[in-house]
Amino acid sequence: MADLHFLANPARFRRFSQRVMPSLGFATVLAFAVGLYLALLQSPPDYQQGETVRIMFVHVPSAWLSMGGYALLAVLGASLLVWRHPLAALMARAAAPVGACFALVCLATGSLWGRPMWGTYWVWDARLTSMLLLFFLYLGHIALSRAYDDPDRGDRAAAILALVGVINLPIIKFSVDWWNTLHQPASITRLEGPAIHPTILIPLLWMAGSFLLLFILLVLVRTETEIDRRRLEIAEQSA
Amino acid sequence: MTGFAALLTRDLRLVWRRPGDVAVVLAFFVVATVLFPLGIGPQANILARIAAGVLWCTALFASMLSLDRLFAADYEDGSLDLLLLAPWPLELAALAKCAAHWIVTGLPITVLAPVLGAAFGLEGGALLALAATLLVGTPTLSLTGGLAAALTLGARRGGALLALLALPLCVPTLIFGAAAIETLMTGEDLLAHLAILAALALVALATTPWAMAAALRQAGE
Repeated sequence: MADLHFLANPARFRRFSQRVMPSLGFATVLAFAVGLYLALLQSPPDYQQGETVRIMFVHVPSAWLSMGGYALLAVLGASLLVWRHPLAALMARAAAPVGACFALVCLATGSLWGRPMWGTYWVWDARLTSMLLLFFLYLGHIALSRAYDDPDRGDRAAAILALVGVINLPIIKFSVDWWNTLHQPASITRLEGPAIHPTILIPLLWMAGSFLLLFILLVLVRTETEIDRRRLEIAEQSA
Repeated sequence: MTGFAALLTRDLRLVWRRPGDVAVVLAFFVVATVLFPLGIGPQANILARIAAGVLWCTALFASMLSLDRLFAADYEDGSLDLLLLAPWPLELAALAKCAAHWIVTGLPITVLAPVLGAAFGLEGGALLALAATLLVGTPTLSLTGGLAAALTLGARRGGALLALLALPLCVPTLIFGAAAIETLMTGEDLLAHLAILAALALVALATTPWAMAAALRQAGE
């Protein structure tokens, strides 16, 4: 909690962000280099699917990050409404489009993977539908936060929406358990431990880590931009 | 509770004096439903197959139409500020307005839908199931729609934004409502689907008044 208050000052946040960004960028590039090598070259092709299994290394991290991004929006929303954290609204504005892009990548890569694997680009089962709903919730959040002339109203309305929509996250997670879906059941985040072999699990975790670093990098850069934009709006209004 | 009753009777009285506002919404429900057989073709087996889904979708759209006026009229003439200052909880006021919306929109839709369903070729048992699912499901539509209306109060492009927010939140109700009618054909348990619809309504009842009140408070500032 002390860290959150430490970063509440926008100028201090910017100094922190500027200090962290070069090493973060370097780490992201390095992680992607190792992850892509492991995923594309070193991991074995699936005995059934062949090389197309490698779509998983983009599809699964995108899914995890889109859900994590929405959880972040909910946490930032609570932080804004309950503690009135000054940067929560700006970071939520910054993070929502990034999360929405990850949701779109998840849907698109899943669709491309579904064609060779299941024979269809799309099916209306529980997991795909709830993931599509998550994408629409992201769009709603983005639209709502920018729908008002007064940005504070938009931020707070979007915060309420983020908190209400968070019910979708456990639905997505457990949809493969609760319903008979075409999408495969959980094989990694289970109580019994991961069900996939380390030669595929390790590259998957590397790619997930790389995408996470990319997510953090993008959100930090965009939050700085939102701080500048808000400063500009205030300056224009008082001019 | 007197506040709840007072606000509810006030809203109902307002609608009673201007019945045209609600009649338009119900007319839209009928017209939009009638478009589907005209567009898809009169084959009886296809119409009977899609009847439940079409009626649920048009019920959803018709509910959306009347929602952006739910709080907007009070917001514009200052009644919302009085509600914010009133001694009873804002959550009850929001609930009263959603109840009024359900009585003037959801209930008539529930009554009209079996009539239209007969035009689609649904049988007696299916018509009863349709009415039952709508009766249990339309309160959820009013509550989540009311939440979307409170969130978009005073926004630019409020009507379209309201639909964009409300429809994803109403999707579980739509899925289980339409699927409930399918159970009559597949032999699954209709009561199970009705129970889930009731559960969704109870969850909406337990959560949306507080979210609506929070949205109304920051709209009134």
